Amino acid sequence: MTGYLARRLLATIPVLGLVAVFVFLLLQMTPGDPAVVIAGDYATTQQIEAIRQQLGLDRPMLEQLMSWLGRIMQGDLGHSIFSRLPVSSLIAQRIEPTLVLTLFTVVLSIAFALPLGVLAAYRAGSWVDRAVMGFAVLGFSTPVFVVGFLLVYVFALGLEWFPTQGYVPLADGLFGCLRSLTLPAVTLALLYAALLARVTRASMLEVLAEDYVRTAHAKGLAPQPVLIGHALKNAAVPIVTVIGVGIAALLGGVVVTETVFNIPGLGRLTADAIMRRDYPVVQGLILLFAAVYVFVNLLVDLSYLLFDPRIRL
Amino acid sequence: MAKGLRFLRRHPVILFGLVVILVAVAVALAAPYLLPDPKAINPIYRLRPPGEAFWFGTDHLGRSILSRSLHGTRVSLAVGIMVAVVVIIAGVTVGLLSGFLRRFDSLMMRVMDGIMAIPGVLLAIALMSLFGSSLQNVVIAISIPEIPRMARLVRSAVLSIREQPYIDAAVTNGTRLPRLLFCHVLPNTMAPVLVQATYVFASAMILEAVLSFLGAGTPPEVASWGNMMAEGRQYLQRAPWMAAFPGVFLAFLVLTVNVVGDAMRDVLDPRLAGKLK
Repeated sequence: MTGYLARRLLATIPVLGLVAVFVFLLLQMTPGDPAVVIAGDYATTQQIEAIRQQLGLDRPMLEQLMSWLGRIMQGDLGHSIFSRLPVSSLIAQRIEPTLVLTLFTVVLSIAFALPLGVLAAYRAGSWVDRAVMGFAVLGFSTPVFVVGFLLVYVFALGLEWFPTQGYVPLADGLFGCLRSLTLPAVTLALLYAALLARVTRASMLEVLAEDYVRTAHAKGLAPQPVLIGHALKNAAVPIVTVIGVGIAALLGGVVVTETVFNIPGLGRLTADAIMRRDYPVVQGLILLFAAVYVFVNLLVDLSYLLFDPRIRL
Repeated sequence: MAKGLRFLRRHPVILFGLVVILVAVAVALAAPYLLPDPKAINPIYRLRPPGEAFWFGTDHLGRSILSRSLHGTRVSLAVGIMVAVVVIIAGVTVGLLSGFLRRFDSLMMRVMDGIMAIPGVLLAIALMSLFGSSLQNVVIAISIPEIPRMARLVRSAVLSIREQPYIDAAVTNGTRLPRLLFCHVLPNTMAPVLVQATYVFASAMILEAVLSFLGAGTPPEVASWGNMMAEGRQYLQRAPWMAAFPGVFLAFLVLTVNVVGDAMRDVLDPRLAGKLK
């Protein structure tokens, strides 16, 4: 077990290393002089020169790459060009809303999508099934900000149940915090829940055709224990896989949702940094998001052991 | 031709979806000739609600939302189609070569893993902020995060095709690699590629709108649905129609493409149902 874990952790290094190189090359691929692009349209020659020095763009490329890789291995993500603060402390300041929002979204999605998917598979072909599948296609066809606008219009401007925008920190009470994040979380959850409901149904359909499910029904078990205990547990592997892969879509959605709802989290930080061409911040955030994605998928792989004892290390 | 018609009659969902898409294409092509200039500013008629003079209302500069919405179809369809073409070409090339060349495979798949670990929206906006906003750059920025999935799909199809007896037969006959790939392998990967391409088409339209919405997509003077929704954001309370029409158009078009994709997948390969995407 520890050996397997160590090997899997080691295997994440090349992927993250590649992302780091890729993020580095991104800046080099800019048409023209990167320092001029970052400095913007109204920069003076001195400002451009200062940025070139700060980012080390005046040195040979290989040297730049090596020093960039060396620094991130020590956890030093550099300094923001705009606010001059270290990127890591910027991230630390903004991480709370994003963390609460994504956790809230994941919990909400699973709570909705799993029962819907199971029900759709159990009643395959019925109107329930069609309604769930219709909802699923609608869910990933509707862009995040369209859903966001609709919810704000109805529930914030119309019914005034929730605030239109902003974020109440956790320190000011859990209820207020969750209330301020309800609309954003529902917005994000629609996409994620659609993905989950779909794969839950597909996976359950396969499992429900198995002999042991028929046996369980035949020996007189009630439908619920058969569905949850026998079928869902065996259908779990594809479902958790999609939970992991969907994290990428979720993190992308965070950038848009936080902008729509004006939440001061990592997504807003990303959008702002990109607009200001604050490149060290953008690089740091892309690396962070990629690391989260890789790490979550590692957890997903480990969870297979829980659901399927046939999978050996 | 007759075979195609019979196919469509047997699958009304695909027929309906294709009709909707064709109508959208027709609207996109005809928009400049039928409608007033989407950029015509008319301050006297600012923020008019939908009515007789302006069917869809006007925006904060008095521009017709109807005209702008229909012009927006051009941007979305153009980006969707171009991205689908770029992703098919790049994804199929990488997938075919990885499926056959071991050394290329291990390198390429690691690169694909790396790209896939970065959220697509994030990668696309980062690319846009560096390249600057233009339609061509939007297409490139959206294509790059979409390529790995297509490449993986083609690769996995190729891996199972290369074990087939007809490939052995072709190799025994002395078929060279390029001919083998194009005449024997490629045609057999087309079904999943086509289905995946419809999903790429749909998600490219969403991503284009997201980029424009965040201010990193098509230049602000272009009437794209994302730009319109970004402008409508400030007026959500006073003039909800500004964001509503482009939002509904976008959602409807994407929904149609996704439904066609699902229907095609069920027809072309029932075993794939639920696994793709």
